[in-house]
Amino acid sequence: MRLTGSEIIMECLLREGVHVMFGYPGGAILPTYDAMAKYEDRLHHVLVRHEQGASHMADGYARATGEVGVCIATSGPGATNLVTGLATAMMDSSPIVAITGQVPIPAIGSDAFQETDVTGVTLPITKHNYLVTDVDELAYTMKEAFHIARTGRPGPVLVDVPKDIQNAVTEFIYPEGHLILPGYDPPAAANSHEIDAALRLIDQAERPIILAGHGIMMSGAMQEVRELAERAQIPVALTLLGKGALPEDHPLVIGMMGMHGEASSNLAIQEADLLIALGMRFDDRVTGNLKTYAVNARKIHIDIDRSELNKNVRADVGIAGDLKTVLKQLLPKLERKSHHDWIHQIRDWLEDSSERDILNYDTPGVLLTAQVINDIWRHTGGDAITVTDVGQHQMLEAQYYPHQRPSTLLTSGGLGTMGFGFPAAIGAKFGVPDEEIWAIVGDGGFQMTLCELATARQENVNVNIAIINNHFLGMVRQWQELFFEKRYQATPMVNPDFCKLADAYDIPNRRVTQRDEIEDAVAFARSINGPTLIEFVVEKEEMVYPMVPAGADLHDMKRRPKPGE
Amino acid sequence: MAQQPTVNKVTVVALVENEPGVLNRIASLFRRRAFNIDSLTVGRTHKPDISRMTIRVDAGPEYARKIANNLQKLVNVIDVRVIDNEPHIERDLALIKVRSDDAYSRNTLTEICDRYPARIVDVGPHVAIIEMVGTETFVEKFIDEVRPIGIIEMIRTGIVSMGRGTRIHDTSVTRRDLARAALQASAMRNGRIV
Repeated sequence: MRLTGSEIIMECLLREGVHVMFGYPGGAILPTYDAMAKYEDRLHHVLVRHEQGASHMADGYARATGEVGVCIATSGPGATNLVTGLATAMMDSSPIVAITGQVPIPAIGSDAFQETDVTGVTLPITKHNYLVTDVDELAYTMKEAFHIARTGRPGPVLVDVPKDIQNAVTEFIYPEGHLILPGYDPPAAANSHEIDAALRLIDQAERPIILAGHGIMMSGAMQEVRELAERAQIPVALTLLGKGALPEDHPLVIGMMGMHGEASSNLAIQEADLLIALGMRFDDRVTGNLKTYAVNARKIHIDIDRSELNKNVRADVGIAGDLKTVLKQLLPKLERKSHHDWIHQIRDWLEDSSERDILNYDTPGVLLTAQVINDIWRHTGGDAITVTDVGQHQMLEAQYYPHQRPSTLLTSGGLGTMGFGFPAAIGAKFGVPDEEIWAIVGDGGFQMTLCELATARQENVNVNIAIINNHFLGMVRQWQELFFEKRYQATPMVNPDFCKLADAYDIPNRRVTQRDEIEDAVAFARSINGPTLIEFVVEKEEMVYPMVPAGADLHDMKRRPKPGE
Repeated sequence: MAQQPTVNKVTVVALVENEPGVLNRIASLFRRRAFNIDSLTVGRTHKPDISRMTIRVDAGPEYARKIANNLQKLVNVIDVRVIDNEPHIERDLALIKVRSDDAYSRNTLTEICDRYPARIVDVGPHVAIIEMVGTETFVEKFIDEVRPIGIIEMIRTGIVSMGRGTRIHDTSVTRRDLARAALQASAMRNGRIV
């Protein structure tokens, strides 16, 4: 079958199981857009309003489904607009394939119109990238791109396709069977010495704790982690992206760790004599000061990326492998244990935390973000997929919206990308159309990508947008309050009327200023099959507690004073 | 010739696909991870598709392993090894232009070169060029001896290194060839001609 490069791209997407792509046309990608017409019935193209939105949508799709998300952009500015989304996906190991147009090969290097060295620009923020220079290599390259994006530690892969390659005609053969990638061989299983060493440490531990990360879900090791925790009675602390790895109402789950984690989790980590780190990477937001981090604990670290072992924290037993495979090797030899005193100790800390919970305070006449998020959780039956932006609302979501199922909290953890939430929610909806999706965003971040309201309208995407509007860049304001003597430089925001804005896009909307209006507004949003927007006007100067200041010891938390303190 | 053990220096050897942009990927990785390296050499192997890199790190083996683990993640890097304690041969080559405008300097030069695997490769009325090959420390020792005569210009290639014995650090698999072969095979299965 003789096809053009553009048609080959479409054929490859179909063979990789893609049924939706997010993109924006332009000169250098036009042949590919032209070829789309023939494939319209099988490959749906979503026209975004800014390429950054396309990259976040592909990312949201990938996070919700575990499949590769696809975004398309033209050369030059189209491609550079993808950069933030690629970096976001890179940091959170999200599998996406980005296809960009490039100027024709003879024009490369001549500073042609809309020419940018896109493989150069994206080199440090992609898992791998390609500039295709021969149409005969296009199909193979596409197959490689998908394979690399979804296997091992997943990540974004970019394929830059010059316009003349898109137009060139060749015999299309999709490579069958295994790819030959001598330099790419993600680790799978552990060796028996590693398993024995890990078992020995678990057996000796009196105060063990599991640090559950995103990798559990990417490996599909939820059941194995649960078995490990239950059989050896080990409490489980979650990273932000690890939320959902185990149901949060599981008695052994003690909550999120890190800068805005549960105090009990952080104290438990500092008191533990063994950390079992599963599919997480000891980010600075998780560890605080490395010099004082879990100094009494030995560490077992299992991650598919060997370069994560001993990067930030020295592992006594470091295993590079696929978590599910490794745990399946380990579990048959694992003895039953009980750590009654240790678990009891953590419960005591938890009780102290609940006394400091803002929801247990008497706060008449004000609407708090914690109330909004907790009420959305309650009124949706706690079963919706939430997609957050970045900042105070993100941390409060993590604290007040318990997740029972894997991949139900989609959030930009590593890069902390404002503007991620709303487009990622759109992408997620295309991936899991039967799920209820809430984009929980701040007034700051939402305005970074709100142009995608038009996309949501055009495609009638059933996404509920909850804008937490405190008229501030809340988290930056919190830092200014704590560390810059309340000098609120460039954080107060004069915002548009979000409801009028929604009106302009023909999107049904509500404004909520009182807690007793929340239930109704949530019901309203759920009743509409299409995008809705609810603006929650909340208290201006809220704080997120507990807080480990950047670089401080993990146990050195700023706590909310107890009532009467 | 005395093989002197080097202190606190580790060598990382990487086999990489000889493709455009590979050096860029590796340089970008070193910059991004703030890896400090001492020297880096790239050269052809007996396989045209594969280049071999020798990276000299002024640090302990643990640091070298960090570099190796990160290098291994690059798709174009086929194999990486840290050469630490295992027996190996290493060579550095220096071209040194020195003053040789009187009998004393010329005699001293000849005398020093006799004691080292060094050759005078070019002699002019005022200067001479010496080629010195040896281990890194041996080359440095030689340079120290020559220095008083007056070094005018110098270039060193950086270390290349190879493990002794039958342990082979190479691969016969080259991706481009095999990719083509796979395509051809699949085309033939489908009764088509590429």
